[in-house]
Amino acid sequence: MNENADPAEIFRQESAELLEQLEQALLDLEQRPGDHDLIDTAFRALHTIKGSGAMFGFEQVAAFTHEFESAFDRVRKGEAAPDPELIAVALNAKDFIRSQIERPEETDAVIGVCILADLRKLFAEAQAGAPIEASAEAASEPAAKSTTWRLRFRFNKEVLVNGSNPLLLLDELRGLGDCRVAVHCESVPPLGEMEPDACYLEWDVVLTMAHPRSAIDDVFMFVVDDMELKVEAVEPGAAEAGAPTAEAATAVETAAPVPQATAAPTHPDHPAGAAETSAKRAGGMETSTIRVPAERLDEMMDRVGELVIAQARLTQLAAAGGGTKGVAEEIERLTSALRDAMMGIRMVPIGSLFGRFRRLVHDLSRDLGKEIDLTTAGEETELDKTMIERLADPLVHVIRNSADHALEDPATRVAAGKPAAGNINLVARHAGAEVLISVSDDGRGLDAQRIRAKAEENGLIAAGAALTDAELFQLIFQPGFSTAKQVSALSGRGVGLDVVKRTIEGMRGSIDIATQPGKGTEITLRLPLTLAIIEGLLVRVAEARYAIPLTAVEECVEISEADATRSKGRSFLNIRGELVPFLRLRELFDEPGEPDAHQKVVIVAAADTRVGLVVDQIIGSHQTVIKSLSKLHADVPSFSGATILGDGAVALILDVPHLIALGQVRETRIQAKTPEPA
Amino acid sequence: MKTILAVDDSASVRHMVKITLCAAGYQVIEAGDGRDGLTQAKANAVAMIVTDLNMPNMNGLEFIREVRKLPPYRGVPIVFLTTESDDGMKQQAKAAGATGWITKPFRQEQLLAAAKKFLG
Repeated sequence: MNENADPAEIFRQESAELLEQLEQALLDLEQRPGDHDLIDTAFRALHTIKGSGAMFGFEQVAAFTHEFESAFDRVRKGEAAPDPELIAVALNAKDFIRSQIERPEETDAVIGVCILADLRKLFAEAQAGAPIEASAEAASEPAAKSTTWRLRFRFNKEVLVNGSNPLLLLDELRGLGDCRVAVHCESVPPLGEMEPDACYLEWDVVLTMAHPRSAIDDVFMFVVDDMELKVEAVEPGAAEAGAPTAEAATAVETAAPVPQATAAPTHPDHPAGAAETSAKRAGGMETSTIRVPAERLDEMMDRVGELVIAQARLTQLAAAGGGTKGVAEEIERLTSALRDAMMGIRMVPIGSLFGRFRRLVHDLSRDLGKEIDLTTAGEETELDKTMIERLADPLVHVIRNSADHALEDPATRVAAGKPAAGNINLVARHAGAEVLISVSDDGRGLDAQRIRAKAEENGLIAAGAALTDAELFQLIFQPGFSTAKQVSALSGRGVGLDVVKRTIEGMRGSIDIATQPGKGTEITLRLPLTLAIIEGLLVRVAEARYAIPLTAVEECVEISEADATRSKGRSFLNIRGELVPFLRLRELFDEPGEPDAHQKVVIVAAADTRVGLVVDQIIGSHQTVIKSLSKLHADVPSFSGATILGDGAVALILDVPHLIALGQVRETRIQAKTPEPA
Repeated sequence: MKTILAVDDSASVRHMVKITLCAAGYQVIEAGDGRDGLTQAKANAVAMIVTDLNMPNMNGLEFIREVRKLPPYRGVPIVFLTTESDDGMKQQAKAAGATGWITKPFRQEQLLAAAKKFLG
């Protein structure tokens, strides 16, 4: 599949990575404006996108990137400082390039022109009226006495109604010589206020022509009374300084001598040079990244799954006949090695995900008017690739929530004796078979009273219900819950955190919240390492077999018939002095018939709560390849999936968090009946 | 083919407009005064109007104002014919909604240039 891959697709993949690099470099640059390596990285990324874009037929991308690159070259030459404003425009430009590549049909070229106009404006400000670049074509046209004019004009709003067509006027200008046009859309009102036949645009034009100035006046002769027009000649020398935009591959001879200061070649990295530098970069930072199409990974994962099943079958065969035991062991060893290797391929460091949030925090910080620092740790923590993708949205919600609700505005922070800039700390680490990803902030912390009040108001809990703080905090993940006094554009609509909970639980994970009033909140997402294969504990209830994720199993105990009878109706088990509620799976699954004489209890735990599951027999550990349930069964509670056993039978995988919740409910109900168990 | 409406009480001027623009590939319909012009404008889909200002029945200024009120004629270029000396008239015509003007006497090229300028 990859051999026949569409070259355009390769370009898309490559540019996605390059744009990622570009974004990182830009964001870093905001922190360290003087870092030349960063500027070079950004520049190289642009340069490569431009070159490959032209090669793979993305002319629009190449053209825009070319302009962007030319503008950015100023930064490289130290003519402009990468201040936050410039970074913001550059980030917009990066987004635009991405959308040009990924969704060209939905991408409005006008946005690009606006971005370029913004860029130029910034540079123009930086250079106190220095000219914007004239084009390569201008340079290649050795017009003896051509002059470069800079025009800025806007028409009266009724110009369109009165029969003039600005596009035709622009065409006329283009007919005069080399013409660069940028439109400004700042005055375009929101759709509701827009008059459909009014003209709200403003144009910047740089025109290099051999005609006298009067040619410009002729173009506007009929509208000159109905417009604001500014025409100024650009100094010839300055025009050259602003015209370093030779096309990538072909060197263009300029008619006029180029001033020394700008004589340095604009694009020193010819294709070979670019390859070299990118190789060096790859050697330095991303030593051994491989690009594997995700579908191929998934396919391989399926194969491994099958192999695991086959191995289970063989094991069973060996147990019956005995002769194949050695082979079975060998296959078992191989299979588990293959599984581990395969898992390894699927594992990617979470840093790639964290990288995206820097941009998010940057934008949030700007939109909310709060200074926010994002610190990260544990970027190298590896997690299954599909999980990383699924984690992106929930983490965005959590971070947004922290930025919007948890962090106070700078004045409040200072008044509370905190630094003006809020901090969001993103940490990933392994803990056993789980990965913990925590988002902590140093904001105001959760207010249990306010959450309670809100939950009561929304009918999520009964008034005065006895809930621990931990339980109260979990309510913020309920649909429709929001304590924000004002709905902001970012959060506060109660949409988001419930999605987080659903997504995380869908990945067999859970969410913990820790908070200290006035000090901050830490939201921890606990996730299994992978979604594909788990170690399971196989149990039998009546005739059916079930798998319990081994990570959730704390211990297995026997329950005597006497115990079982005595605790009937109470469903509590005394485990070393602690009362643990238990569920009889036979009852739960409506299995008829008498239970076995020696029932076993599997104690499962999640977070701090434990529940016992009463089963007929504990069969043993089992490599459980998780198969999702069909749509028909997806809503059945108590099961999170299914697996295929060695003999081909299907075993359902128990949904431990659900069962624990069920056990807790029963416990509460029973506690309500009998105030205190003896 | 784009249709241009020529409004003038002088048949010779209309004729000149007609042969010039027809030769350039436009279709030309004629009207002898503003009132006639308005009727023609309503009956045809006209891409551009060339009108005299000084006409009987309905003069050019009034004609321009009335045409502009017709929704399909918002945005249609209207060029009026005027004399060098009459700058005040120019302002009035523009205020009435005219797009541009041609100073009489005019050469064929000037008319063609105007058509090209406004119709592209």
